[in-house]
Amino acid sequence: MPQRFKFRARDVARTFTASAAVTALALTAACGSRAGEETAAAESCVDTSGDTVKVGALNSLSGTMSISETTVRDAIYLAVEEINAAGGVQGKQIEIVAEDGASEPTVFAEKAEKLIREDCVAAVFGGWTSASRKAMLPVFEDNDSLLYYPVQYEGLEASENIFYTGATTNQQIIPALDYLAETGVKSLYLVGSDYVFPRTANAIINAYAADKGIEIVGEDYAQLGSVEFSTIVNQVNASGADAVFNTLNGDSNVAFFREYANVGLTAEEMPVMSVSIAEEEVGGIGVENIEGQLAAWNYYQTVESPENTTFVEAFKAEYGAERVTSDPMEAAYNSVYLWAATVEKAESFAVEDLQAAADGVSFASPEGTVVIDGDNHHVTKTARIGQISADGLLYTVWESEGPIEPDPFLEGYDWAADLKVTE
Amino acid sequence: MSKFLTGRAGTWTGFAAAALVLFGAAPLLLSGFRLGLLAQFLCYAIVAVGIGLAWGRGGMLTLGQGVFFGMGAYLMAMHMKMADAEFRNGPGSVPDFMELAGIREIPAYWVPFASPAFTIAAILILPTAFAVLLGFAVFKRRVKGAYFAILSQALAGAFAILLIGQQSMGGFNGLSRFRYFFGYNLDDPINQQMLYFIAAGILLVVLAVALQLRRSRYGELLVAVRDAEERVRFLGYDAANIKVVAYAAAALFAAVAGAIFVPIVGIISPANIGIVPSIMFILGVAIGGRGSLIGPVIGALAVALAQSALSEQFPSAWTYAQGLLFIVVIALLPGGIASIAAATKRFRREPVTAEAPA
Repeated sequence: MPQRFKFRARDVARTFTASAAVTALALTAACGSRAGEETAAAESCVDTSGDTVKVGALNSLSGTMSISETTVRDAIYLAVEEINAAGGVQGKQIEIVAEDGASEPTVFAEKAEKLIREDCVAAVFGGWTSASRKAMLPVFEDNDSLLYYPVQYEGLEASENIFYTGATTNQQIIPALDYLAETGVKSLYLVGSDYVFPRTANAIINAYAADKGIEIVGEDYAQLGSVEFSTIVNQVNASGADAVFNTLNGDSNVAFFREYANVGLTAEEMPVMSVSIAEEEVGGIGVENIEGQLAAWNYYQTVESPENTTFVEAFKAEYGAERVTSDPMEAAYNSVYLWAATVEKAESFAVEDLQAAADGVSFASPEGTVVIDGDNHHVTKTARIGQISADGLLYTVWESEGPIEPDPFLEGYDWAADLKVTE
Repeated sequence: MSKFLTGRAGTWTGFAAAALVLFGAAPLLLSGFRLGLLAQFLCYAIVAVGIGLAWGRGGMLTLGQGVFFGMGAYLMAMHMKMADAEFRNGPGSVPDFMELAGIREIPAYWVPFASPAFTIAAILILPTAFAVLLGFAVFKRRVKGAYFAILSQALAGAFAILLIGQQSMGGFNGLSRFRYFFGYNLDDPINQQMLYFIAAGILLVVLAVALQLRRSRYGELLVAVRDAEERVRFLGYDAANIKVVAYAAAALFAAVAGAIFVPIVGIISPANIGIVPSIMFILGVAIGGRGSLIGPVIGALAVALAQSALSEQFPSAWTYAQGLLFIVVIALLPGGIASIAAATKRFRREPVTAEAPA
């Protein structure tokens, strides 16, 4: 019979008394409004009486996303410097308060709140992953402030407090499908990372395919960060699909394309259409593994326009000739200019004035003119299919006839009726 | 000084002082944002008290507390998502993130979480029961030391991976965009302060419980198991039972901390519960001093505060400063911040050893 240890009744009773006392103390504190009642809106502390106006730059400068997000930060800084050199916004110089999102959604939420409530910034630029945006969204809504989010995403969202300057699905994924259908693709294999963007993208692709008579011969998800692709690539190889639609994210692309090249698959035989591979990523994957493959974006460094020439030259002059410009960087650069243009139109920095003035604000951007849609806070964007060439850059092989109106909820597409979300 | 802190009267004075700071000074001096941040740090401190008990007193290197923290947090988040959906679109509505993931019907295991009472019971019971089962399985087999640490860490990694794959649990993005906490608006500053008070209250309660455990006969047995498990077994005690109690208490504390973390921070995702956060929990305890009652709390607060303050000052280089801080503290104060008084005393008494070798 083993010995037993016992708790003394006196000790237990004392602990419970103390707990009860503290709980009572906590509960006597005043309670605020309940669900359904109006909450007094938080007062904005933005001070625009001086010669400067503060804005926040919130990007991951540490952690797994930093390699991508530091490029976005560079673009934000470039735009702010240019605007300041040209006289600022409403005659005020823009001052950046930088914060590190540390590749973690909780940190994004915390830093966003700090920027709004402690630094009193007029607007915040940044975010990359959907997880970071979704973490920040309630912060911007509760504190009634503005976020400019520069990355293509899965759509099905429209917040009063966010301006989305990257592509939504009808400006990237649907044009990519249209292009594939035009080139005679009859069957597709879907490969993606297991999180919301690939899942949503593939739901859209399935609906499109069902409508257009394209056969989906396989749909595989790899865990985020996974580098084991022999099984998936062998299935792709055996499927005999006409093309592959790739929504993998980050490092997984390196492993996927190396394996793809290893089993002897080529771009001529079975092209891969990717939506997350830009100039920055090509070097990491290795040009030899990915040459000739396709990507869908709105901007490439090689886009031919006077605005883009100026942008690329300015960027290389600031950060070095070896640097490349990519779609999210360009969208971030545009976002600062769009905010400044909205402020000039509203002649105010106040959030409600900017929301009211935003509709129709435009900017002659490197990708072509972008215009804010006041209803859904997205911008018009030109879709471009690019092909990866031996020099590591992407060259446009197809582009949409002019900018495409943003349609985040795919209301203009009958086949997408079942995908709709009630907001 | 040290006698004062360990004496009975000293304990009550200590608690009164802590209550005064947490309930009086902090809300008066800090802005709403800083208070919210402190509330978040208090959640880490609650986890740390449990680790102090299991690791500092019981010798179990719990490298996977993210599992229990995550359980508490996700259970609370499930209730809050259900309540949000119900309030906006009526009973039986699908939470917004599920619509995005293409889920048109509420999965069966979500349904009971519409009830607040069920949720609170689940938060208190499920993680603790899991810890008891796991504890028995592990400790009865006399798995300890590095093997136990590896096992708990693997568990944290596996739990995060499991959640990333579950679209019906928010996947990689986790659960966010909460509007109400048991019927109270979360965007109301008064309610945000209320959440801070709840976190502060829980921390004091958890500290009181830990103190009672330490001072009881059980607490002495626990230390005995840590220092000489075989001898305790020879005396006729079942060492596994003793360990399970401390392990389960640490799990319960972590779960409660996770549950209150969700309304305070407004998001829970696999990034908050995997291997890295689990290590951060341990790191705070190591830096504060795992052996003492208050050391883990100080450590958890100090690490979180340093991380927040350094990253605000040096957004692009703060990780180096943080790493340096860890190295300095652990190299100079192996017993943690709580041992600073003892360390200075030793330094004064033995000036010779403190001098650098020639």
